Amino acid sequence: MAARVRALEAILTQKGLIDPAAIDAIVETYETKVGPRNGAKVVAKAWSDAAYADWLKRDATAAIASLGFTGRQGEHMQAVFNTPETHNLVVCTLCSCYPWSVLGLPPVWYKAPPYRSRAVIDPRGVLEEFGLTLSAETKIRVWDSTAELRYLVVPMRPEGSEKLDEAALADLVSRDSMIGTGLARVPA
Amino acid sequence: MGFGPVAPEQDEPYFHAEWEKRALGVTLAAGGLGAWNIDESRHARESLHPAIYYSSSYYEIWIRALEVLLKRHGFLSDADLAAGKAVDGAATPKRVLKAEAVAAVLARGGPCDRPLAAPARFREGERVRTKTFNPTGHTRLPRYARGKLGTVEAVHDGFVFPDSNAHGEGENPQRLYTVVFDGSEVWGEGADPTLSVSIDAWESYLEPA
Repeated sequence: MAARVRALEAILTQKGLIDPAAIDAIVETYETKVGPRNGAKVVAKAWSDAAYADWLKRDATAAIASLGFTGRQGEHMQAVFNTPETHNLVVCTLCSCYPWSVLGLPPVWYKAPPYRSRAVIDPRGVLEEFGLTLSAETKIRVWDSTAELRYLVVPMRPEGSEKLDEAALADLVSRDSMIGTGLARVPA
Repeated sequence: MGFGPVAPEQDEPYFHAEWEKRALGVTLAAGGLGAWNIDESRHARESLHPAIYYSSSYYEIWIRALEVLLKRHGFLSDADLAAGKAVDGAATPKRVLKAEAVAAVLARGGPCDRPLAAPARFREGERVRTKTFNPTGHTRLPRYARGKLGTVEAVHDGFVFPDSNAHGEGENPQRLYTVVFDGSEVWGEGADPTLSVSIDAWESYLEPA
């Protein structure tokens, strides 16, 4: 594949169809600027600020854009909030739709057939493979991203985090907790 | 079952090889030529032979589909690929993505909502049934959710209709709905009783229950 991609890039560059410096800029964006720290800031703000959480619930695209996170694969955002009764889990069974603007590029497992095929039929089994066991009574809601809406799970704020500021709260928010395959970390 | 266990990787890097970085960049930059839309590119990926699709990594799927799209739109030939360099000419692109435009283009994205004047056919809380169909072209109604009884949970704006847009037949925006199904409706006997699954469905995927 390395040679095939190299050849394709060379051909398209020779034809003036792509600019290799643009490719460098794209890679740099997703390696250094757009990643799950963005989403963690959204969650931490929602935990700290009830008015922001309400806005995020009503109009996630605008609430997230207010923190500077916009763009490709985040044009139409929906935030779904975990509660003591219901756990949310996000998947794209059809391809690999993922909220890039807040979580960055998706991990390999998110794009691979085991997760995509099983999240909708056996979410508890899938969560066990992430080391997450939910109580038997917890309702599970799976969001299959079949259109252009992109889902961000807002995990429950962990116990013991009452005194933390937003920056410290954001450190508790893992990527997986915003997909639904994990929970927010409990502060040490 | 099926494809086996999910294999989450601890501290997974964004890229597992240098070529994956270039594959991401080439794919996005070529999308910037403006010759095809996201639905056509998804359909190209999903139209790969199943044996290839299921045995390829995701960036490999992207590159294989990108070659199909570039050939279809006159930017790439088999002779180019055989030679490993440009030997044939290329169609004139609408535009070429330059490095200085990347930040703005990525930050803008490609909104797909298209506000509709017509009222929504279905309302929140209404029971609906997804259609049973097996089109030869592109669709975003998953097979597991066809012919199922669900409830409209949210009524959204109009959105570009992938089933036509993927084939160059226009955006034909339709109202979009979030429709939620009980696990037992979708999976039948033995389904997890705590499970509900939702999809986002275009209006023509639905009929009154």
